[in-house]
Amino acid sequence: MKYMMLIADSEDGMARSTDEEQATYARIGAWWNDQAAAGRIVEGHELQPSSTATTVRIGPDGGTTVTDGPFVEGKEMVGGYGILDVPDLDAALAVASSWPGTATSLEIRPIVERDATS
Amino acid sequence: MTQRADVDAQLDAVLREERGRLTAALVRILRDWDLAEELVQDAAVTALEHWPTEGIPRNPGAWLMTAARRKAVDRLRRHARYRDRMRELTAQASEMDQPIATGGPMGADDRLRLLFTCCHPALNREAQVALTLRTIGGLETAAVARAFLVPEATIAQRLVRAKRKIRDAAIPYRVPEAAELPARLGEVLRVLYLVFNEGYLASSGDAPERRDLARDAEWLTSLVARLMPDEPEVIGLLALMRLHLARADARFAPDGSLVLLPDQDRSRWNSASIRDAVELLARAERMSRPGTYQLQAAILATHAASPSWGDTPWPAVIALYDMLLRMEPTPVVALNRSLAVAERDGPAAALAELEPLAERLDDYHLYHAARAEMLRRLGRDDEARDADRRALQLTDNPAERRLLEQRLGS
Repeated sequence: MKYMMLIADSEDGMARSTDEEQATYARIGAWWNDQAAAGRIVEGHELQPSSTATTVRIGPDGGTTVTDGPFVEGKEMVGGYGILDVPDLDAALAVASSWPGTATSLEIRPIVERDATS
Repeated sequence: MTQRADVDAQLDAVLREERGRLTAALVRILRDWDLAEELVQDAAVTALEHWPTEGIPRNPGAWLMTAARRKAVDRLRRHARYRDRMRELTAQASEMDQPIATGGPMGADDRLRLLFTCCHPALNREAQVALTLRTIGGLETAAVARAFLVPEATIAQRLVRAKRKIRDAAIPYRVPEAAELPARLGEVLRVLYLVFNEGYLASSGDAPERRDLARDAEWLTSLVARLMPDEPEVIGLLALMRLHLARADARFAPDGSLVLLPDQDRSRWNSASIRDAVELLARAERMSRPGTYQLQAAILATHAASPSWGDTPWPAVIALYDMLLRMEPTPVVALNRSLAVAERDGPAAALAELEPLAERLDDYHLYHAARAEMLRRLGRDDEARDADRRALQLTDNPAERRLLEQRLGS
C-alpha cells in the first residue's frame, strides 16, 4: 500500500541557523535514511521554501493565471514529501509519528494505484 | 409449540449477540463491509422466517453462518476472486459450531478487531459512533439516526464515507499491538462513554433521556469487558455505567424535571445493581492499574454507599477527585470537585475554586448552575438568578430546563 506523506511546518522550523536547528536537521536526515533503508520510504524530497513557489491556476473557462506563492497561504507550509510503501494505515501512521523534529504536521494520503487488469 | 412473544424476545437477544459476531467474521473473511452487512441482513431475515415456527436452533451462530454462506454462494458464484474466501467461509460455518458462552475464540477476536477498526483515530468521532452502533451493536441505520436525532440519510452517508475511508486508506482490521493498545483502547472507551452519556442525559431533543441508547452502550461495554477481561479501565467504565443506571429511576420527578443527587430518593436506587457494580469495581481495583473511569466509578460508588447526601464522606470524595484531577486535569473535573468542596468547606470556598474556571467553562451550563447554587447559599440571590439564567440559555435538555425554570420562578 503506497501513501503520500506531506510534511508541513512553520518554515522557520526548517531554518538551520542555530546549532540546535542544525542538530534537528541532521537527525531528520539520519531518520530518513533509516526509513529508506527499511523500504518504508521509497521516494521523497525536501522542497525549497514556499517563497519560491509559483501557482498556476486553470479557471472554470480553461484560462490560466500564474501567481507568486503556494496554493494556500497559511501558518503551516508543505516543506517536503515522501512516498511510503507499508502494509496499512497504522504502519504509515507509525512512520509519521516517529518523525524526529518538532512542531510539524504530517498528512498521510493513500495513493491511487491502478492495477494492470482494470 | 413455543409461545410467540417468548420466541420474539429470545430472538432479539440472540440476534443482537450473533449479528455482531457474524458481521465481524464476514468482514474478516470477505474484506468487504457492505457485502458482509448484506449477508448478515439476509441471514437475519431467513432466521426470522424459520425460528418462530421451528424454534431457535441449538447453536444460532452456526445456523446464521450457514445461512449467510448460502446467500453468499448465490451472490458470489460469478466472482472468481471470491472463490478462496468462499472456501474459508464454508470452513468457518462448521467451526462456528460452538456455544457463545464458551466464546469461540474466533468469534470473540473478530468482534474486537472490528471494534478497534470502527473506533480508529483516523475516523472522525461521529463516524466512529455510527459505525460502532451499526456494526457491533447491530442497530439498523434508522435506529442510529433516531438515537442521534439526525436524518437517516445523514447517518447512511456517514457510514458510507467511513467504510470508504477504511477501504481506501487501508485502515487495518486487528487488535492493536501492546505499545499502542492503551491509546487505542482509550479511543474505544471514549466512544462507548459518549454513546452512554448521549442516552443517559440527552443533549438535545424532546426526551430528557434515551435509556435504550445508554443500555446499548452498557451492553457494548460489557461485551468489551468479556473480550478483554484483564483491562481494568474497561471494567471501570462498565461499573461507572451500571452505577449511573442503578440511579436512573430516581433521576426524574413526576413533572419531568431533573432531580439532582442531593435530592434523590435513595430508596429508589437499585441496590442489587449497585452491589454488582461495586464488586465489579473492586475486581478492577485489584489489578492495580488505576484510571479515570475507575476513579469516576469510585466516586459514584462512595455516593451509592452513603445513606444520605448529608452522610457522604466528603474528604474521601475530594481525595478521589484529587487523584482524578491529576490524571485528567480538565476544568469539568475541577468543577465537579468544587461541589464536594462546598459540602466540606462551605459555599465561599467552592465559589473561590469556581472563579478560575470562568473563562474555560463560560459555555458550559453546569458551570453556571453550580455557581448559582453557591451564590444562593451565600444569600447573593440576584447574582444567583443571573447565573441560573445563563445556564438556562445554554441547555436544551427539557428536564434540566424545567429544574432551572423552577429555581428562577421561586
